Amino acid sequence: MRAVITVIGKDNVGILHKVTGICTEYNVNVIEVTQSVLQDMFAMIMLVDISAINKNFADMVDTMTELGNTLGLSIHTMHEDIFNSMHSI
Amino acid sequence: MLNVYDILETIRMIQDECLDIRTITMGISLLDCIDPDIDKACEKVYEKITTKAKNLVSTGEQIEKEYGIPIINKRISVTPIAMLVAACKGGDPVKFARTLQKAADTCGVNFIGGYSALVQKGFSAGDIELIRSIPEALSVTNNICSSVNVGSSKSGINMDAVKLMGEIIKESAEITADRQCIGPAKLVVFCNAPEDNPFMAGAFHGVGEPDCVINVGVSGPGVVRSALVKYPDASIDEIADIIKKTAFKITRMGQLVGARASQMLGVPFGIVDLSLAPTPAVGDSVAHILEAIGLECCGTHGTTAALALLNDAVKKGGVMASSHVGGLSGAFIPVSEDAGMIDAAVNGTLCLEKLEAMTAVCSVGLDMIAVPGDITPATISAIIADEAAIGMVNNKTTAVRLIPAIGMKEGDMLEFGGLLGSGPVMKINNKSPEMFINRGGRIPAPMHSIKN
Repeated sequence: MRAVITVIGKDNVGILHKVTGICTEYNVNVIEVTQSVLQDMFAMIMLVDISAINKNFADMVDTMTELGNTLGLSIHTMHEDIFNSMHSI
Repeated sequence: MLNVYDILETIRMIQDECLDIRTITMGISLLDCIDPDIDKACEKVYEKITTKAKNLVSTGEQIEKEYGIPIINKRISVTPIAMLVAACKGGDPVKFARTLQKAADTCGVNFIGGYSALVQKGFSAGDIELIRSIPEALSVTNNICSSVNVGSSKSGINMDAVKLMGEIIKESAEITADRQCIGPAKLVVFCNAPEDNPFMAGAFHGVGEPDCVINVGVSGPGVVRSALVKYPDASIDEIADIIKKTAFKITRMGQLVGARASQMLGVPFGIVDLSLAPTPAVGDSVAHILEAIGLECCGTHGTTAALALLNDAVKKGGVMASSHVGGLSGAFIPVSEDAGMIDAAVNGTLCLEKLEAMTAVCSVGLDMIAVPGDITPATISAIIADEAAIGMVNNKTTAVRLIPAIGMKEGDMLEFGGLLGSGPVMKINNKSPEMFINRGGRIPAPMHSIKN
């Protein structure tokens, strides 16, 4: 089972560090990261493996959203099924 | 494999374009709750609903978190209550409405639909009692919806029921006049009512349905509009293609959520209702899609054609995305629930006659339309009869949800708030159809109903 974490907002020091910190806390393995900074806009998409997650996935979603709120970023954590079902036949 | 563009598109649809699952509706059969003692029947109804739907809301919330997609409403539809009333020896049918309200409060659902009667060919035991109790039932409850099917392509139109419903709608508005006439906003009169509709106010659980089932209604007018505004020079063929592709994506999401909910609740998955259901929110309007196709204002000449194109493309796109399609499936055109329709009605471009024409090519019918408070029951009945005739002859579902705005006249505004929005009181024709309505009887089924 995999999930997609997207982070969009103003670039700042340590964003990747803080997001992956939460992944570690939940025992979630990062599989792939794409990141770009256009002018001062930061956009990152992270594919993570949640099959060995040690707590509730919904809790991780909340923790990520909270982190986004404190950093002034928009962070979405969604199960990959939604992208697969919407964009592939 | 996932690509960045697809991921960002999904997030944009949800964040900026109001993409959501409008409702997960659990259909529950109450046939095993029938009892000659109305109090015992109510007890069984409460017990069954609160057992079956115990985890409905929490499951919905969990899915919202998992997929990051808002699920606006969690609802329940039940067997038409008239069937339960039929078995009761006396007793006030409103007891069932109060029981349903208690069950809705316990489960935490937004609505329970099914305070209904199916009378397309005539009244059977319980039907008249239930219909007469509708105004009171809708007045003493908040989250209960009622519907009455008065016609079908197979059996014609029951004009006695049409006459009665004109009176019931008026009465329902009168006794809720102090609450913006909210009563009739929860009451739909159908022709060809679908038995697996997840949308309110017309949802009920048909007798051919399984004991318990999950149906899903999607919504995404904002997504379709945003997709279209990017192509101002596209031909109509290309417009149809863009709508189909967008509808496919929206419906796939509905299918995913429905399948997941059904798995988590251990209840079979019924259907996805492929509907573009608007809300009064900015950017969530079906009227604005028609305007993006190229009309200056919804309601002008060309609206019916544009809507026909939209409705058909939504179905074609959605049908491949879902294993089972059902319910109403099409574009909804409720006036008070759609920001663009409200504007068009206020500025006079959209009139009742045009709305009637539009209902011939899209799903549902004259929906959430406020009419002057001094409208006669016979005129309401005549509007119902017109609409039912369109449904009967065209083999499609049509419905009427009119709100007589007591004490108000043309041009005033009814303010419901929430998903129901606000409705400008629309002009009606004042010449009397009284004699036609008072004749009673049944309009025979059309020639093409004889298909066997």
